[in-house]
Amino acid sequence: MTVLQVVQAPAAVLGTAGKTVDPLAADVVQLATDLVDTMRVSPGCVGLAAPQVGVGAQVFVVDVTGHPKARTVHGTLVLCNARVVEASQWQKGREGCMSVPDLTGDVKRASRLVVAGQLPGTGEEIEITTDAFEARALQHEIDHCSGLLFLDRVAGAHAVYARKVYL
Amino acid sequence: MNEYAVTVIGHDRPGIIADVAETLAGLGLNLTDSTMTRLRGHFAMTLVCAGSVSAGDVESALAPLTAGRTLLVTVREVGEDLVEPPRGEHYVLTVHGADRLGIVAALSRTVAAAGGNITDLTTRLAGNLYVVVAEVDAPGAMSDLATAIDRVAGELGVEATLRPAEADLM
Ligand SMILES: [Zn+2]
Repeated sequence: MTVLQVVQAPAAVLGTAGKTVDPLAADVVQLATDLVDTMRVSPGCVGLAAPQVGVGAQVFVVDVTGHPKARTVHGTLVLCNARVVEASQWQKGREGCMSVPDLTGDVKRASRLVVAGQLPGTGEEIEITTDAFEARALQHEIDHCSGLLFLDRVAGAHAVYARKVYL
Repeated sequence: MNEYAVTVIGHDRPGIIADVAETLAGLGLNLTDSTMTRLRGHFAMTLVCAGSVSAGDVESALAPLTAGRTLLVTVREVGEDLVEPPRGEHYVLTVHGADRLGIVAALSRTVAAAGGNITDLTTRLAGNLYVVVAEVDAPGAMSDLATAIDRVAGELGVEATLRPAEADLM
């Protein structure tokens, strides 16, 4: 098991669009596995994208299992070259990010979502239809793969918050 | 009816807002627009209030707040007709990157040069990450403003995003 170091803003890789990848390539499959491992050991982490571990590639993992705001849950999702196919029913919600540990923000995201992408290892093209928190997590990770942070989508000047740390 | 702009800045403690609001209410001043926040732990409040008392009355009523020398209070009479209609389209500008001198200066000058007006602004320093979120009313084409902002952001080595602000009515 490999746990990767998560990079934090301002790191150039977080502001750079990831390259499309070959889902069959051995290094891509390894990256996907390492992303899952890293997500699993990080408390409260529901998703992680390759740029967050310093790799400018369109690979991410999401798992919102057990999250109170989730409705539809697909378990562990690992996607390459993912893109949004359909998005509707936009809703504002609070987001945080392991790469921006001190801040949160209100971001409007589609709560009905269809995403297409490829599975690492097989290259199989799949479509995922989801909603609510899983939809939000997918959009957040697809943004990472495009070089965007939630900060780039906050709703306004008073929509960024210091993450409260209670000692 | 007189209108006053009041600022209260200084060391935070519980009860400052209560003290200010009670004092103003006691003078018959109606609190209209106000914002309060903490800036790196410092209490910062700006408000506009309206009533029939004099500026001197407001100042002396608020003077006890400054007695401990931990708060600075200013009172200034302002005109009532300051509300300008918004010009052009409404945008949200986000800038983030490594902290360095002059980010807000360069970006806000770029917005101003394009005839844009910043109507709301917050900045935050979190570790070495500097974040600016500005709400901008700007005339003209969004692409022109976006191009100018991209160029300046590139020179500063920061990421900038300009998006139309959405105002959903429901
Ligand atoms: Zn993130």
